[in-house]
Amino acid sequence: MLMLIRGGRVIDPGKLDGIMDILIEDGRIVEVGGQGSEVGGQRSEVRGQRPEVKVIDASGKIVAPGLMDMHVHFREPGHEYKETIETGCLSAAFGGFTAVCTMPNTNPVNDNSQVTEYILKKAGLADTVRVYPVAAISPGLQGKGLCEYGDLKDAGAIAVSDDGNPVTDSQLMRRALEYAKGFGLPVISHCEVLDLASNGVMNEGAVATRMGLVGIPNAAESIMVMRDIALCELTEASLHIAHVSTIESVRAIRDAKNRGVCVTAETAPHYFTLTEDAVQGYNTNAKMNPPLRSMQDREAVLEGLSDGTIDVIATDHAPHSSIEKEVEFDIAANGIIGLETSVSLGLKLVENGVITITDLIAKMSTNPARILGLDPGIKKGKPADITIIDPDITYKVDAAGFQSLSRNTPFDGWNMKGRAVLTMVGGKVVFER
Amino acid sequence: MQFVKKDILDMESLSVDEITLILDTAQQMKEISKRPVKKVPTLRGKTIVLFFYEPSTRTRTSFDIAAKRLSADSISISGSTSSIVKGETLIDTARNIEAMNPDVIVMRHSMAGASHMLAKIVRTSIINAGDGMHAHPTQSLLDLMTVREHKGRVSGLRIAIIGDISHSRVARSNIIGFTKMGADVVLAGPPTMIPKGIESLGVSVTYNVNDAVCNADIVMMLRIQKERQKGLLFSTEREYAKVYGLTMERMKGAKKDVLIMHPGPVNRGVEIAPEVMDGPYSIIIDQVTNGVAVRMSLLYLTAGGARNVDAD
Repeated sequence: MLMLIRGGRVIDPGKLDGIMDILIEDGRIVEVGGQGSEVGGQRSEVRGQRPEVKVIDASGKIVAPGLMDMHVHFREPGHEYKETIETGCLSAAFGGFTAVCTMPNTNPVNDNSQVTEYILKKAGLADTVRVYPVAAISPGLQGKGLCEYGDLKDAGAIAVSDDGNPVTDSQLMRRALEYAKGFGLPVISHCEVLDLASNGVMNEGAVATRMGLVGIPNAAESIMVMRDIALCELTEASLHIAHVSTIESVRAIRDAKNRGVCVTAETAPHYFTLTEDAVQGYNTNAKMNPPLRSMQDREAVLEGLSDGTIDVIATDHAPHSSIEKEVEFDIAANGIIGLETSVSLGLKLVENGVITITDLIAKMSTNPARILGLDPGIKKGKPADITIIDPDITYKVDAAGFQSLSRNTPFDGWNMKGRAVLTMVGGKVVFER
Repeated sequence: MQFVKKDILDMESLSVDEITLILDTAQQMKEISKRPVKKVPTLRGKTIVLFFYEPSTRTRTSFDIAAKRLSADSISISGSTSSIVKGETLIDTARNIEAMNPDVIVMRHSMAGASHMLAKIVRTSIINAGDGMHAHPTQSLLDLMTVREHKGRVSGLRIAIIGDISHSRVARSNIIGFTKMGADVVLAGPPTMIPKGIESLGVSVTYNVNDAVCNADIVMMLRIQKERQKGLLFSTEREYAKVYGLTMERMKGAKKDVLIMHPGPVNRGVEIAPEVMDGPYSIIIDQVTNGVAVRMSLLYLTAGGARNVDAD
């Protein structure tokens, strides 16, 4: 079956940018071209009129390589009432993502090939978006040894991380970086010094003080960012820093990149959109780890996105039910869902002139894919993983209508401009608005 | 002025006029406690639930006596007797209590924001009797009443609050209460016990207790909990008493008419020397007496006494 995506602005960061048509056959891209080219000119006109060709009109829209969220928590196995792989994938598709990387803190933990295989089997049954499981650094995320990275990679793991838990033991982190390097697996680091974070529940500062909540200082994150950068230099392995939230972390990563260290970094939409003020009123949907920080930190994150210090926007999609969230702030679970609001919040950056639309697509699609060793892009011969974004459509976020099983978002009721309107994975339309 | 607030959650949400009304009402209530028969029928037929998730003797007893002096029926629920031990959530427990139609729920909880959460969910009036490190408005109101009684005013006074500011809901509520009523508040203690950004509440901070005591009209000492030693907030009780405790020696630098306060319970010999506590400047016991009056005032104002029943 033939498909033609016609008249959209095709952006493949660094490669393509222009009004082009994309011809897809049997799930693969067979031709890409602008006006006057083989696909874009006369021939696509002709093809578009042939009944057996499905035509998708993308005029006025942006056609991007499929978006990838490299940091999500689907709760299967273990906490399926919060999110299953099936609902998580649907949520991703609705948000415009064609691929996600699932963090290993399930129950049981994804620390062996059987769990990785189980996740991939469920993802296959869901048959929506691509799922790339991230395996644990240490068995049970306990920080006390190395998982079988070779086995895990063979089973389909794409990276390793103890996300949710930091690797406190510096020797283990060193060895994990070295051992993972042997298998070509990047290490994703959740940076948090637990002694400093202590029993903190939000950012340390005037807001926490007024609310009588225990604060988490910036240093709880940045100290470990700096440690991991040092270990990355030592081992020359591939290190990716998860959910950067502080000004000190941004500076440390910028300096490291300037020295040529092989480090990459991500931040989440909530860190560039919100500050600790969102916690006012003991809003548990503004509770996450790392916590929402100060205005100064938010500005540093924006600067890091703008100058390329931060390579990736990933949501840290963390579904929780009312059981974990409609409780006292101190005992509420950390985390918010993000898949279905990420594109719109990213587009706000473009509208505000922080980054270009091309940068946004790079940070939400091609950059994460390359960090994970994939070869993304819109080109002849590649699987047709494509996201079509309408940058002008306006709407109000309605969490009750989310595909995710959970509703824990601080963005419910927000007015947004721009969202994904079509998600295609391997030539199959998995979501269309 | 009519009192229309449903809940008493913190000092931030009370206006100067509301605070004045509460204190004026408390002053009238105080007289009842001096009668041979200490009971008026004002809140007859009203039900007050004392919902204490965290142990408390003083505050709970104070509320209980206040309720009984106004003829309300008061029922105590503690953390260990309620359904919490069976795994029920706070919201569910509160909805169950609400279903039995009490007029006021007085709540003490170890976590900040607990009474705010409840106030949003139930129609019953909530009085916050202390939520974590956040707020203890009834303590602040009784402290304001005590200062006003002794000094005739609050505005223009210099109030020193000394000790573990970080962990103190009393300090937070008093900082807001006293500054709102026009006093000048200075905080003192070791830097480990001064929380980040506290200056944003309009107070000054010193690490030198002598500086804080000097020129103060009121010196309020806070309780030092021994557990905080494990949290690395101070070295030893011995050193704390020496550097930050209120001793007779330190009192020499104070104003002649300085008054000493403490929310209790006191660690004699740690934050305050016994001879200072028992000395002529101390109004610590008056605070406790006024506690009953302030709580009678609050129960009267929130339980509909002000709206539906004439004061006795």
